This record gives sequence, structure tokens and C-alpha cells, in this order.
Amino acid sequence: MTILTLSGLTKRYGAQTALDGVDLTLAAGERVALLGHNGAGKSTLMKLVLGLIPVDAGKVSVAGHAPGSSVARALTAYLPENAAFHPALTGREQIRHYLRLRGDDPAKADGLLERVGLGDAGRRRIGTYSKGMRQRIGLAQALIGAPRLMILDEPTSGLDPVSRREFYSLLDELSAAGTAILLSSHALSEVEARTDRIAILSDGRLVAEGSLPELRIRAALPLTVHLRPRDGQADQLASAFPEASMANGVLSFSCPATDKLAVMGRISGLAPQIDDFEVLPPSLDDIYSHISRRAA
Amino acid sequence: MFGRILSTARIEFAIAVRNRWVAISVAMMMMFSLVLSVAGSAPSGDLGIDRLSVTVASLTSLSVYLVPLIALLISFDAIAGEAERGTLPLHLTYPLGRGELLFGKLLAQLAVVALAVLLGYAVAAVVAVWGGGLQELAGLPALVRLIWTSVLLGAVFLSLGHLMSCMARRPSGAAGMAIGLWLVAIVLYDLGLLAAIVADDGGAFTTRIFPWLLVANPADAFRIFNLAASGAVGAASGLSGAANTIAQWKPLLSLVLWPVLAALLARAAFQRVQP
Repeated sequence: MTILTLSGLTKRYGAQTALDGVDLTLAAGERVALLGHNGAGKSTLMKLVLGLIPVDAGKVSVAGHAPGSSVARALTAYLPENAAFHPALTGREQIRHYLRLRGDDPAKADGLLERVGLGDAGRRRIGTYSKGMRQRIGLAQALIGAPRLMILDEPTSGLDPVSRREFYSLLDELSAAGTAILLSSHALSEVEARTDRIAILSDGRLVAEGSLPELRIRAALPLTVHLRPRDGQADQLASAFPEASMANGVLSFSCPATDKLAVMGRISGLAPQIDDFEVLPPSLDDIYSHISRRAA
Repeated sequence: MFGRILSTARIEFAIAVRNRWVAISVAMMMMFSLVLSVAGSAPSGDLGIDRLSVTVASLTSLSVYLVPLIALLISFDAIAGEAERGTLPLHLTYPLGRGELLFGKLLAQLAVVALAVLLGYAVAAVVAVWGGGLQELAGLPALVRLIWTSVLLGAVFLSLGHLMSCMARRPSGAAGMAIGLWLVAIVLYDLGLLAAIVADDGGAFTTRIFPWLLVANPADAFRIFNLAASGAVGAASGLSGAANTIAQWKPLLSLVLWPVLAALLARAAFQRVQP
């Protein structure tokens, strides 16, 4: 079932076009990562989906409802980038307030705080929290009332690697329960395998969309091969691989992904001369910068 | 809907308590009314009216400055502060209407004003009874009237503070606008009217337009209504001398309509705020 539909979504600020005809759909339980540089239009897209700013052209539909309508707001949870709260309130008071705003039982606050690892800190004022703790309060409020759609703006910024992993397992639980999740990030390496699909924005346009393997194939970036020759075999090996260059005693060259097996064959033919070898696929950040550069 | 408004009011009141706004407002009102009632009680013996009524007349002149000031101080941050802290976008994605958010804030801040006014004026009543015995309580109706009209006056300037807050978008700008509004509405407005009367020298402006202009300003309406009703006009001075020439319903109507009008203006300005 489709939870979020964007069709031809366009937003202009004066002469500048922040979003230009973006089409995107999210089905229930789907996790989609929205990638892009600063100013690529990620936050604008999210604000349009939340109904915080009006659409200039195109359409947003949240389970068939207009963005910002009371039904759409009841279905949607939002975690802003750098989640902020009033410093004079305690985490517990803040979550109890948010529960009441959603018409939920404020007694659930303790359970929510426990779930994001803030069980003990809930009675302290938010003014004393670290950035990561504020982000967790933000996450706790986004978990209220099993939302159908979650909009997470750079949710893992400010989280350490362990918390980031915990965060993604929370998202796994939510998506298994049918919540559609749209999250944004600067870097592909941050979202890696934890999302079903990746959408890349560049200058307000959607330049690529698909699963990580699909994007990898589409980018068609070369593999990098490293060969470490056995003692005294360096010159011979270098002549067998004329395309390679030598640095720090290691021969390196790149080859198209389609030539991978042929290269492996050449390597196994020269096994006596080789001490060790590595075949590296393009890194996630390589793929991402390739796609966004190609678009520009 | 009421649950969301009440929850907002509750959380805003907690914030006001912790930001010391409640303590500051209450202390300010209590201190000034203590000074006024002690200093103002000395000459009243000869006037033939009770001490409390005279104190109410002095309190009226004080409140007309102090209540709008307190109201603007606690309200100017309401929207601009949330926008600057970055809490506004999240708030507006909740199933909470903009009107509900604004009304919740207004309720909490109105409770702060009411508390300050109530405790402040109570000091005056205690001082009066202490000095002159229970017969001083004859002035109690005037004091009660002063209390509820002060709350109405507070409501007007709380909503005007919200209006400034929505228009300025930033707390520093909103603070400047609030102080400017206070100066214009409370100080310069009366001076302007005085100047116009002097220039007009008893002409059509003084007899026809001036009374309406006086009543149109909520602060002047507050002053006129309380002074005329308390029968202590003799203790008042300046423009308030005009109080006995204006029918009572006019300032009362102004005091009742202004809170609604100001709240509607603030609501309209909030609609234009894009987080």
C-alpha cells in the first residue's frame, strides 16, 4: 500500500528553484534514504511533505490526504535535523506533552524514554543534555503512536556508531510493523545496507533512485585491484600487468566490473609470483559522488 | 482540542515558572502596590472616602504602565523564541492547530498575569485593613473591578506581544517591537492626544473625536473605567480627568473587545509564519 506519493513536486524561492519536478513513492514498510549535498533540496522536500511550507507545483499525498491536514499530521512523525526542545523542561515532561498532543496516554512516556536509552535522564532538564541525548528525545517523540509515515532529517548526525546501529534496528522494527520511513543523509556510507531504496537529489532534481546494488551497476565504476608480489618477483609481475602502477611495493590498477573474471584468471595464472591480492569494489562514497557529479 | 490546549498551557506555565517570569512579575506587582498603598494612605483621612478606594486610584495609574509591560515581557518570545530555538517546525507537525498552540500559550501567560495582579493587589488590601480596620473593605468592589480589568488589559497586551513575536520572527526584533509598542500605546498616545487638545482649543476634536480616541486605546479605557467606577476621579490627574464625561459602557466595551481583536490579529500573523 502506498503511503507517500510525490508527483512533479516543485518549490521555488524567488528566482531559485529548490525542488524541480520530483516524483517519488513510498510503500508501507519501505525505508528510503534521501541523499544530497547541503542545499540539494532534502529539507525542502521534507517540509513540503509535512505541510510546513506550501507547494508551488505538483502534488504531495500522505495516504490520500493533503500534507499538513489534520489526518496527515496524525499519521506522520517527524524528527528534525538537530532536534531542539525547551531547555527548561525535563525529557519526561516534554514526551508527556507530545503524547497528550497526539491524544495518547502520557504514562507511556517512561517506556518511550527507556526504548531510546534515556530511562535515567528523563527527569533531568533538557538543557543539561548532550546533542546525542537531545537526538534521542527527538527519536522518542517520533515513535509515539505507531506512525504510518516517518520523516527523519539527518537522524544519525550526532550519534556515535553504537547508537547509530541501535537506531537502525529501531527502524527495522518500525518498518517490519508497516511504517514507511523517509530519512535523509549527506553520505551513502551512513545509510548503507539499512535502507531498501536510495533516492539522490542534486540541485533540486531527483538524479537517481534504486536499491544499492542497482545504483552500483548503473554507476559502472571500475574495480580497484591491488597485487603484492613475492620477494624478487616485482619486475616480472609488473611486466605481466603493464596497466598497473607501483607504489609502496604494491601494484595497483583499475578495471571495469565486467572484466572482473578475466582479471582473476590472469591473477591465478601468475599465482607463484603473487604474495597477496585484493579486488575492491567502488566505495559507497565513490558511487554517490559519481552519480551526483554526473548529474551536475 | 481542549486536551491539547490545556497541555500546551500546562507546559508553558511550567516554563514561565522555571524562567522566573512568575516570580519576577509577582514580586514587581507586590512591591509597587506595597509602596503605593503605604505612601498613598497618609492623606486620605480628610477626603471622606475609604483608604482602599484611594489606593485603587493610585494602583490604577500604576497598573496602566505595569500590566502591559509585564504582559509584553512574557509574551514577546512566544513564537520568535520557538522559531529561533528550532522547536517550532516540530510543534507544527503535531496534530495541534496554530490557533490551539497560540491559545494555550495565552492561557498560561494570562495565568501568570492574573497571579501577579491578584497577589500584588492583595498586598494593598492587607495594608488598608491593617491601617484602618475592617470598614476599609468598603473599597473592595473597586479592588475586585481593578483585578478583572487588569487581567483583560493583560490579555490585550499578551496577544499584541504574540503579534509582535510573529511579525519579528526573531526574539531580539520582537523585544524591540514590544518596547516600541509599549511606548506608543501607553506613553506617546496620551501625549499626542494632549497636544491635539491644546492645539484644538476646545473645538470639534475635543468634544466629538477625543472621547472616542481615548476609549479606543485599551490602556486609557482601563484607566477611565476604573477611575469613573471607583468614584475617586478627584484623586486622578491629567487625561483621566476626562473620565467623568464619558459613559461607562464605552471603556468597558473597549476592554472586552480588545482582547478578542488582539488575539485574532496575533492568530492571523501566526498564519503567515513559515517555519
